[in-house]
Amino acid sequence: MVLPKFSLDAEILGQERMAEAVYRMTVHCPEIAEVAQPGNFVQMRLLGGEIFLRRPFGIADADAGKGTLTFMYRVLGRGTAAFSCLRPGERVNVLGPLGKGFCMDVERPLIVGGGMGLSPLLFYAKSMGKKADVLMGGKHASEMFWTKLFELYAREIYVTTDDGSMGTKGFAVSLLPELLETKNYDAVMACGPDIMMQKTAELSKAAGVPCQVSLEKRMACGLGACLSCSIDTAGGMRKKVCKDGPVFWAEEVFL
Amino acid sequence: MSGNLLKTELMGIPMNTPVLTASGTFGFGEEFADFVDLSLLGGVMVKGTTWKPRRGNDGVRIAETPSGMLNCIGLENPGVEVFLRETLPRLAKYRMNVIVNISGTTVEEYGLLAEMLDVPGVAAIELNVSCPNVKDGGIVFGTDPKAAAAVVRAAKKWTKKPVILKLSPNVTDIVLMARAVEDAGADAISLINTLMGMEIDIHTWRPTLGNITGGLSGPCVKPVALRMVWQVAQAVKVPIIGMGGISSWQDAVEFFLAGASAVAVGTANFVNPHVTMEIIEGLESYLQEKKLSNIRELVGKVNCG
Repeated sequence: MVLPKFSLDAEILGQERMAEAVYRMTVHCPEIAEVAQPGNFVQMRLLGGEIFLRRPFGIADADAGKGTLTFMYRVLGRGTAAFSCLRPGERVNVLGPLGKGFCMDVERPLIVGGGMGLSPLLFYAKSMGKKADVLMGGKHASEMFWTKLFELYAREIYVTTDDGSMGTKGFAVSLLPELLETKNYDAVMACGPDIMMQKTAELSKAAGVPCQVSLEKRMACGLGACLSCSIDTAGGMRKKVCKDGPVFWAEEVFL
Repeated sequence: MSGNLLKTELMGIPMNTPVLTASGTFGFGEEFADFVDLSLLGGVMVKGTTWKPRRGNDGVRIAETPSGMLNCIGLENPGVEVFLRETLPRLAKYRMNVIVNISGTTVEEYGLLAEMLDVPGVAAIELNVSCPNVKDGGIVFGTDPKAAAAVVRAAKKWTKKPVILKLSPNVTDIVLMARAVEDAGADAISLINTLMGMEIDIHTWRPTLGNITGGLSGPCVKPVALRMVWQVAQAVKVPIIGMGGISSWQDAVEFFLAGASAVAVGTANFVNPHVTMEIIEGLESYLQEKKLSNIRELVGKVNCG
């Protein structure tokens, strides 16, 4: 299904620091909030200053009732740093909703997320209404504010941290074989570092559970025109993360 | 649209406005159908097409620069056969002038592509001899006046469609190039393609772009593009399609004054998907304000006295 797309100036309602260099921004954008699906993203443009191109942001929540969109993001470069300086009342241009989202037609999904990859998965968990379990990994307990956010929408939450400061010590995927074996998941939805998604795809395939992954790439237009975000897919086909993705079936991109 | 202020004709092609979109920045037009009335554009110069499919370059393909961007897409496209079979029929419903940008690896290949594209639904052919991002061809023809002229002659021999040659700014004397392609029979000249540039990651000491170098575009190149359009306009009689960093109607006015008969909008489409419509509206208001009856009255009117 191709969604209608909008390019609109939206007022910023909230900008909150969640952890070191991690922010949550909420904007008032009812047109996009109304139609956005979990896994969709937007391309945001700053209305002043020196940042030229748009930046892609996964949608962490779309509330059609309130007309709001929420984004969780880490400051990585000049662009995200400038976004983090925006304050409520200021405006930003939002282009979206863009891309193809996660499959909703499942009964018992497992969400696997690492770091900021958890952001679009939060919207998915909410939309699935307490059907999804969540396996999440992070560097340190200080970054695991995610557990509080997912508690509202998830059935079970499993946590790993690289240093063992919260949950099981290790990477998220280290818990995956056991979960896939003991629980009766009918799908795995993953977003995070490439290596995590790759491993998740392999383990899911071995367990016979379909897996979707959400990819991240530098992009300019977000509309499938500039071809900045082109990737190789199964059968030698080139596809665009912005338009054919960002969510793909794992076999298409990893296996 | 108020009247015929912007109606024009270029190479015998009627255009509702002299505002086109530059190749590689607007897909096949359909990607922007949510934001743009494609029939209002003078034409869509579609993504560079080659004889065989091309997968483009690996690694990072874009980087932001001050007021612009670098790209090294590398002519990724499905090839002319897929374009003719699948894309072109799909574009008919938009009632836009489809200008097909082609790249060859040999002079003969330009001729072959021009012949294959001599079909209904194609308004004109733009010869890309200035892609800085592929090794086998492109720029070779764009920096040598004899080679560029040979490409024009090959295309003209095999197609009845108007032929536009897109000039590279990465040359010492743009006027020499323009004269050579005009003499060879080009129906119009478009300029400029991107300026070759580079970015280095100071932490990894590696180039940011997968192809090491890339083409610079966006508002930062506009003064260079404008200067080149002005220089070429003094030297040739064929119409010029001016492009390079145009992001507003004011930018477009400058290009008309410098001598462009039409303009193409490129990188700005990435930033603002309906920028072309804003440019069209702005140009109309400007002409009304200046009490001009058609955009043609503006072309080449810069007063350097």
